[in-house]
Amino acid sequence: MRMPDLTALLTATAVFTSALAFAAKADEVHVLNWKGYGADEPWAVEAFEKATGNKVVNDFFNSEQEMLTKIRTNPGLYDVVMINAAFNDQAMAGKLIQPIDVSKLPNYADISKDKAGSPMLVHDGKVYGVPWVWGLTALAINEKSFDKPPTSIAEMWDAAHKGRVVIRDDAVEAVQFGAIATGQNINDIKDMDAVKTKLTSLMPQIKTFWSSENDWNQMVASNQIDIGTYWSGSADRAKTHFKLPVSLVVPQEGAVAWLDAFSIPVGAKNVAGAEAFINYMIDPKFYVEWVTKVGAPVSANTKAVEALPEDAFNRKVMGDPEVAKRIQFQAPITDAQREAYLALWQQLKVDVK
Amino acid sequence: MAAATASRSGLRSALPLLAPAYLWLTVAIFLPLSAMVFFSFMTELPLSGKPWAFTLGNYAAFFSQSLYLTLLLASLRLGLEVTLWCVVIGYPAAYVLAKVLKGRSREAIFLLVILPFWSNGLVRIFSWAMVLREGGILDTALNAVLPFKINIDLMYSYPAVIIGLVHSYVPYMVLTCYLTLQAIDDSLIEAGRSLGASRLQVLKRVIIPLSMPGLVAGAALIFVPVVGSFMEPRILGGRTGTFYGTVIEDQFVAVFNWPLGAALSFILLAVVLVILAVASPVLRRAA
Repeated sequence: MRMPDLTALLTATAVFTSALAFAAKADEVHVLNWKGYGADEPWAVEAFEKATGNKVVNDFFNSEQEMLTKIRTNPGLYDVVMINAAFNDQAMAGKLIQPIDVSKLPNYADISKDKAGSPMLVHDGKVYGVPWVWGLTALAINEKSFDKPPTSIAEMWDAAHKGRVVIRDDAVEAVQFGAIATGQNINDIKDMDAVKTKLTSLMPQIKTFWSSENDWNQMVASNQIDIGTYWSGSADRAKTHFKLPVSLVVPQEGAVAWLDAFSIPVGAKNVAGAEAFINYMIDPKFYVEWVTKVGAPVSANTKAVEALPEDAFNRKVMGDPEVAKRIQFQAPITDAQREAYLALWQQLKVDVK
Repeated sequence: MAAATASRSGLRSALPLLAPAYLWLTVAIFLPLSAMVFFSFMTELPLSGKPWAFTLGNYAAFFSQSLYLTLLLASLRLGLEVTLWCVVIGYPAAYVLAKVLKGRSREAIFLLVILPFWSNGLVRIFSWAMVLREGGILDTALNAVLPFKINIDLMYSYPAVIIGLVHSYVPYMVLTCYLTLQAIDDSLIEAGRSLGASRLQVLKRVIIPLSMPGLVAGAALIFVPVVGSFMEPRILGGRTGTFYGTVIEDQFVAVFNWPLGAALSFILLAVVLVILAVASPVLRRAA
């Protein structure tokens, strides 16, 4: 039996059994999020449980589609779910999440106005997502390979870096990166052929397609790469936590920005607990500890960012108004677009073999 | 009559012994696999809660885009190459184990052959990554010994995928060949030699034909999983590491399109079965 089948079977079994799982208990908060993404930090869970008496039960997903399926097939199981703002629309339209009473969240008032009022999270004046953190998919460099940091995205195509460039193995990210490189709006790509041509010429430069933070950090640690696409929070973590020669570059052409938010599913058993948990997640105290201990993206809570030291990466670089002008926030993507992007990306990967 | 009763009672007494295995196979293999067949004909996963219908579209996708066929051929080639290298490396090793070594030294070498089985596959692949990369163990060691400077960077290349897969699968070849080689009566080899056959002739006319069942079994055991492999190509192959197996994995893990992933898996299963069916009479005759 081949592995893809096996993995699928295990996942299928997991989905079936979780569908049969008993309904959540009232004093439990069931959280659905990416693994290793703040909400499951043991010290954070412990502090929250101590403060509120709620018990946190974490569950994880590997893709946004899986996350949506999990909420759909387990109504009433989850109390809090972390949804990328670009998917909030789809979850709301599918009647999977409910409006949140933000008056119950004391920290909500400190969330920056542009994030809190994002049309991706607020529908008909009702809040369907509480902005948590945001970050960039930009470039990161191996400091050993550069005398001074590059400013243009064109550095990725420089023949001097042939075979020492990496890009993430993700169709949407790759296509949006191509859109920025060709000077287009990532949410309204008019000239797909230009994107394809641009990415085709990038492929021979590539060493490998990374898929996890660990891949990236290992390749820098062994000095195998010069430059590549990377997430802002991960670049920060690589530098401060793992002491690697990595620095983030937000190219003059721009970068892709994403916003992650917490929502409460329809039928949640413990709404009060969910509200308390979300409030804790956007609390400055939790955020500063998360950044210091682990490294994290930028909080949507302005007070939380201000609580960081002045020279902190998430305050100095990410808070720079010049950077804010250049970045483009990801908007929702239709299933048809996603499939088209995947087809393009797979074709590029096959052509370069 | 008496014989029939005896065999029936034999079956009856064997039943309690067979039942757990068959029950387990039914529950763990047959039912989920049937579910996958079912999924592969659907427009949407029924679990997703969206409306769904039956379709052949997932199978049509394979034929409408040339990239799947390209990748399938690349994977079949990978399977053949890895099998070939496993024969080249595994067969002589099995011969030495079966016919040359005796006693303690045989046990020791046998242990070394089986050792990779006892470690996790992912750990093996990551240790290869440390060995093969530029400035890695192989590069450093060779440069320390050799008087001139060479640059070895095999990581993220097709040869790296081959090396990783051959290392993972060569024990199958050694074990299956060892069993058949060991069963060859030494007196047959001695007879051949005493009748004037050269060593090469003995190998070609006596040893290889008699050990053919082991070679065939080993080749089938290796070829089938290698064609569907995805972990080794993804980690070691870099830019060249896109294969049929990695595309199936993407459908399940990255885009959550189980119906297409299932359809692609069953097409692979069908192709592999056809290849084995076509090859089996040839191989059986050879054996």
